[in-house]
Amino acid sequence: MEVLPTRLNLNWIMPAEGEKMKKKSLFIILLLAVVMISACGEEEERTVTLLTHDSFWISEGVFQDFTEQTGVTVELQMAGDTGQLLASAILTASNPAADVIFGIDNTFLQRALDAEIFSAYESPALVHIPEEIQLDSQHRVTPIDFGDVCINYWIDSFDANLPVPENLDDLINPKYYGQLVVQNPETSSPGLAFLLATIAEYGEDWEAWWEALKNNGVTVTSGWEDAYEGEFVAGGGDRPLVVSYASSPPAEVIYSEIPINSPPTGVLTDTCFRQIEFAGIVNGANNQESAEALVDFMLSERFQEDIPNSMLMFPASVNAELPQIFSEFAEVVETPYMLDPEFIEENRNDWTERWTEIVLR
Amino acid sequence: MTLVKKLRWVALAAIPVLFIGAFFYWPLIKIFSHALGGEEIEDFKSLLFSGSFHQIAWFTVWQAFLSTVLTMVLALPTAYLMARYSFRGRRIFQIVTTVPFVLPTVVVAGAFTALFERFGLDEGAFRLRHTVWALLAAHVFFNLAIAIRTVSSFWSGLDPRIEEQAKLLGATPWHIFRKITFPRLIPVLAAASSIVFLFCLTSFGVVLLLAGPTRATIETEIWRQAIWRGDIATASSLAVIQLVAVLVMVLLMNYLQRRQAVVENRMDFVYEKAPRKLFAGNIFLLFVMIGLPIIILFESSLTVGDGYSFQNFASLADRVTLVPVSAITALKNSLLFAFVATIFASLLGCIASFVVVHGRRWVSNLFDIGMMFPLGISAVVLGFGMLISLDAPPLDLRSSWILVPIAHSLLGIPFVMRAVIPTLRRIDPSLRESATLLGASPRQVSRHIDFPIALRALSVGAAFAFAISIGEFGATSFLPRNPDRLTAPLVLFRLLGAPGETLRGQAMALAVVLMTITALAVILVEGSFFKKETIRSDF
Repeated sequence: MEVLPTRLNLNWIMPAEGEKMKKKSLFIILLLAVVMISACGEEEERTVTLLTHDSFWISEGVFQDFTEQTGVTVELQMAGDTGQLLASAILTASNPAADVIFGIDNTFLQRALDAEIFSAYESPALVHIPEEIQLDSQHRVTPIDFGDVCINYWIDSFDANLPVPENLDDLINPKYYGQLVVQNPETSSPGLAFLLATIAEYGEDWEAWWEALKNNGVTVTSGWEDAYEGEFVAGGGDRPLVVSYASSPPAEVIYSEIPINSPPTGVLTDTCFRQIEFAGIVNGANNQESAEALVDFMLSERFQEDIPNSMLMFPASVNAELPQIFSEFAEVVETPYMLDPEFIEENRNDWTERWTEIVLR
Repeated sequence: MTLVKKLRWVALAAIPVLFIGAFFYWPLIKIFSHALGGEEIEDFKSLLFSGSFHQIAWFTVWQAFLSTVLTMVLALPTAYLMARYSFRGRRIFQIVTTVPFVLPTVVVAGAFTALFERFGLDEGAFRLRHTVWALLAAHVFFNLAIAIRTVSSFWSGLDPRIEEQAKLLGATPWHIFRKITFPRLIPVLAAASSIVFLFCLTSFGVVLLLAGPTRATIETEIWRQAIWRGDIATASSLAVIQLVAVLVMVLLMNYLQRRQAVVENRMDFVYEKAPRKLFAGNIFLLFVMIGLPIIILFESSLTVGDGYSFQNFASLADRVTLVPVSAITALKNSLLFAFVATIFASLLGCIASFVVVHGRRWVSNLFDIGMMFPLGISAVVLGFGMLISLDAPPLDLRSSWILVPIAHSLLGIPFVMRAVIPTLRRIDPSLRESATLLGASPRQVSRHIDFPIALRALSVGAAFAFAISIGEFGATSFLPRNPDRLTAPLVLFRLLGAPGETLRGQAMALAVVLMTITALAVILVEGSFFKKETIRSDF
């Protein structure tokens, strides 16, 4: 059908006359205007904005205590996973959206430091924090919590005939053919941590170990969800070994459908890579003073003791007491693998590319 | 046209232009200029000629093409049934084929994985897990709805007497289909397959979870570069390339649709009762393609320990310690967002449709194509674009919840337009002329003819816009957000992100509730209009 501009017929929405219709079109324009203006944000008195990843949560009432102590309200913003958080923070560096950023871990730390998104602040509360997790000597970032990425195993899948493997060496033993599922280090944070564990253990020879692991029937998934909830026995799959966290067994107890006394899974403590999560005050933060208060508060016992149940991580402070379920079921890893953040940043892309060639091609 | 009228016309057309300009094109320009200013042009060239890029690009196009062909072929029998026959349970057909559309990709991937396990397809010679077949099956599952609804509504408007005459003259059914029906269906097949193609081209979660870690598409590669490598420049280069591919696709579709110049007089004929074989065949097809994954989902939502119970549903109101809000709160957020997004999409989509139908040729083309683009942009890139462009007054929306429904409405607008435009185009001019002859004023004509007809088509588009918003995961996950304002798909993803059966059970229950809400919305919005099969849209 031929359409001529003269056949323009928009009267129902933009009438030539008629009060009622006029009101309608006005309403539409107003609606859009209101939406745009309403979003312009109301200035609140004293707030501090905390930008973090999706896995961040803290019990209700904790930040209220902070507000009572300092008069400052915490406004929480979330930005996906750690990688996305860091990318957002770097992109908005010239006009930062937050005062404090929490959640960058040691595998990404150097990238954040190189991008100069943080300013230095040495919290007095650092005295309760172990030296070995204070990775930045200039205190641009402050360690808040840590966790260990370790191989988890399904207890019932192993017995006297097939004992639980103990370390990375055991995993390439043909006895354990086809039993392990790992995540792609190019798309998963625990996947990367596990690759780093093997590099910390074998140094230059890590490639040979992965070649052997590939020949030993390792399964690779894109992310943790797919590995743990899809392939691992706990999620209905049939593989009894998975890369997960040292805190996964207590979570199995807390979130079990039928109350259980002990977790159905265990942790291979000699396969762990330590992830440390940091908070940092943003370069050019609007509320420097409040931001400093928030970092101090995040190191206080009130905040620290809430971390295990809320985030399934371990508190950084030596003063913080663990909840019972953690002290009972979470393995404390004495000697986890660690690598220098600068070393990680320099080599990460080469390592993951080599890994892809060895394991996926 | 008087000057005043002209100004009004321009003012009206400006509303969607401003909206999509501010919330789509401006963010894109900002991120591209941020990432690709200056020296990166060289990197862009080397990227374009690198082997790994070719591999990824080839796989992207190849899987999208195959997914589209499969979807269209499998949609034809059902479209035929719905277009030409009457049968009981028509409404159920409509609902069943719409629901997959809203399911978050994580859930669908989970359902497919469970399905493969159940039928022993996860290992051995007939392994589907982590193969391209799993990806294709999931794409068909998601997109069958668009294909069936688009094609069947168009098909039902074609005069069936031509086929009947051919039959009387002794043509075989295959011959009739090839020589008569198929050529007449080409415009709608083009329209439907281009949308399906766009969806498959830019699909993200399904590729990541089902195709396995060895396969990457441009969309997942953009994500990997931007998020994991922090290489926004490469991610943006890839997004530009993807956008060009989308442009080619949209232009092609536009051309094919415009060839549909013939307006056939719609016949109101009595529907025959569907032949039993055809009906049964269709039921079987839909059961396998759509029913099975949904049944598995229902089953896992009811599984508690070794038995079945509603415990997972009962617990939806409780907040899990790991997640900022309870599933119920998240559902409320999602409903609010979907409501706002649907209003935005409907209003803007309607205005844009009027401009497309009644505007000058170039304006019409520009609108038609320009509003389609949001379907073809990488969610990561758009999310980052919004982050760096909407950061100062008057549009300081970085921390505002309204950003989420705005992003959703960008995806909904094309659906509203695909529903409204064909209907507006098909309004019989003689209908209006008669009304005018009988003394109706232009305003009365619009009010009593254009408006009611457009409104009914709009309801179909609005239902899709709503469904898209409520199940949207990709774009939402790349927007900054406030913990109180998490949407249901985001919460679902969080629930699947920690060990423990209760969390998994709750996630499945949440998925079932999402599905049910969408089904209800579809019934509510479209229900009353579908009784009278008088409207035709692309859906």
